Amino acid sequence: MADTQSTPVIVAEGLIKQFGRFAALRGVNADFLAGKLYVILGDNGAGKTTLLRTIAGLAQPSRGKITVLGSDDIKASSAQIGYMAHPSLLYDEMSGMENLRYFAELYGLKSGEVDRRCRAAITSVKLDPDLERPVGQYSQGMRQRMSLARALLNDPKLVLLDEPFSNVDARSAAEMAGLLAQIRDRGKTLLIVTHQPAQLTGHADEFLWMESGRIVNRTTSLYGAPQ
Amino acid sequence: MNFLAITRATLSKDMRLEWRSKDAINAMLFFSLLVVVIFSFAFDPTAEESRRIAGGLIWVAFLFAAIVALNQTWARELRNQVLDAYRVSPAPATPLFLAKAIGNLIFVAVLEALMTPLFIAFYKLRPLGAGWQLIPIAFLGTWALVVNGTFFAAMSLRTRAREIMLPLLLFPLSIPALLGMVNATTAILTGETSPAVWIALLVAYDVVFTTACLLLFETVLEAE
Repeated sequence: MADTQSTPVIVAEGLIKQFGRFAALRGVNADFLAGKLYVILGDNGAGKTTLLRTIAGLAQPSRGKITVLGSDDIKASSAQIGYMAHPSLLYDEMSGMENLRYFAELYGLKSGEVDRRCRAAITSVKLDPDLERPVGQYSQGMRQRMSLARALLNDPKLVLLDEPFSNVDARSAAEMAGLLAQIRDRGKTLLIVTHQPAQLTGHADEFLWMESGRIVNRTTSLYGAPQ
Repeated sequence: MNFLAITRATLSKDMRLEWRSKDAINAMLFFSLLVVVIFSFAFDPTAEESRRIAGGLIWVAFLFAAIVALNQTWARELRNQVLDAYRVSPAPATPLFLAKAIGNLIFVAVLEALMTPLFIAFYKLRPLGAGWQLIPIAFLGTWALVVNGTFFAAMSLRTRAREIMLPLLLFPLSIPALLGMVNATTAILTGETSPAVWIALLVAYDVVFTTACLLLFETVLEAE
């Protein structure tokens, strides 16, 4: 376990991401170890979501280098990555189970395994897999949890979560935070972008503070924040 | 990755979504119906004149109606940014494109199957050539429209005025295919010439553009 935990699953070196003249990331250098729960904090526009999207392979770095799960080619590692974005990434007109069945096919799960994995993922976020209502009729909290189930469907080694607690009531957020800690305890690495870090106090291994496209501080407690 | 399984899963997902919302089919049907009715009021052709102009009327109506389906195809992937879920998965880009193009082919084919009898009734059409040849022409022509349409709809996905961008990109490139479809259809309706050369043009057009779209789609999908 100690060996696994000392292995970096993400290594970013001089990562720069520009959108036209605007630089969303201005030289991010960081590594993230296996089996840890990281919380990324910062004001709006600090570059948190861009960093997460770059790690997920949704944005290409303008300069610098990023290695995810030992590979420079993120698409090659994508079967091992789970990504939960701020929007749900789900089809509103389909039920949760229908959504997950479709995404399971994209991850190449064997047909005999699809239903079992989908049900397990939905149950793990405390939703009912037999719920036939389309996702568009779910409450915001249910949609967030179904979105998390989609991110966990492929049993990823690395889970990237963008604002998992937004529009979720305090009790559901606390439950979700506990669930994320359990996932970390199973040896997975989690990177969580949030404006509600208090939910993860006691669960997070490290807090990273971003400002103007750079990581400006790393602390093991929420109260180690720069002023 | 199983290419066929992903294509099938994406196609069946799109069929299910369209069956539930009927966004594309309803809009295409109403649009084509309006075209048929308005044209029938605007012109009062003889049977001979009908044979000469019907090919053009039918294909222009289908081309404009197809734009509705083509815009819907990708609009549905933008809601909740679902396309990102595909992009972060290990699935390659090509099955997504192929499933979307086949889905659009099915939607436009359904429209054609429903509207063609109406065209025949309104314009009192009776082909003087080999009528069965209209089937391969319809298939080749529709594929020509949807393969480029699906590709350019994906390209205009992130532009602000994508509903305008799609026809601006698609129509000029569709002119050779449109010429093939209209002339082949007219040749069969009038029975005066052989449609063979136009059918050959459509086959060549389909092969060239299908290959180009399949090769370039990954670049379009991954563009930021």
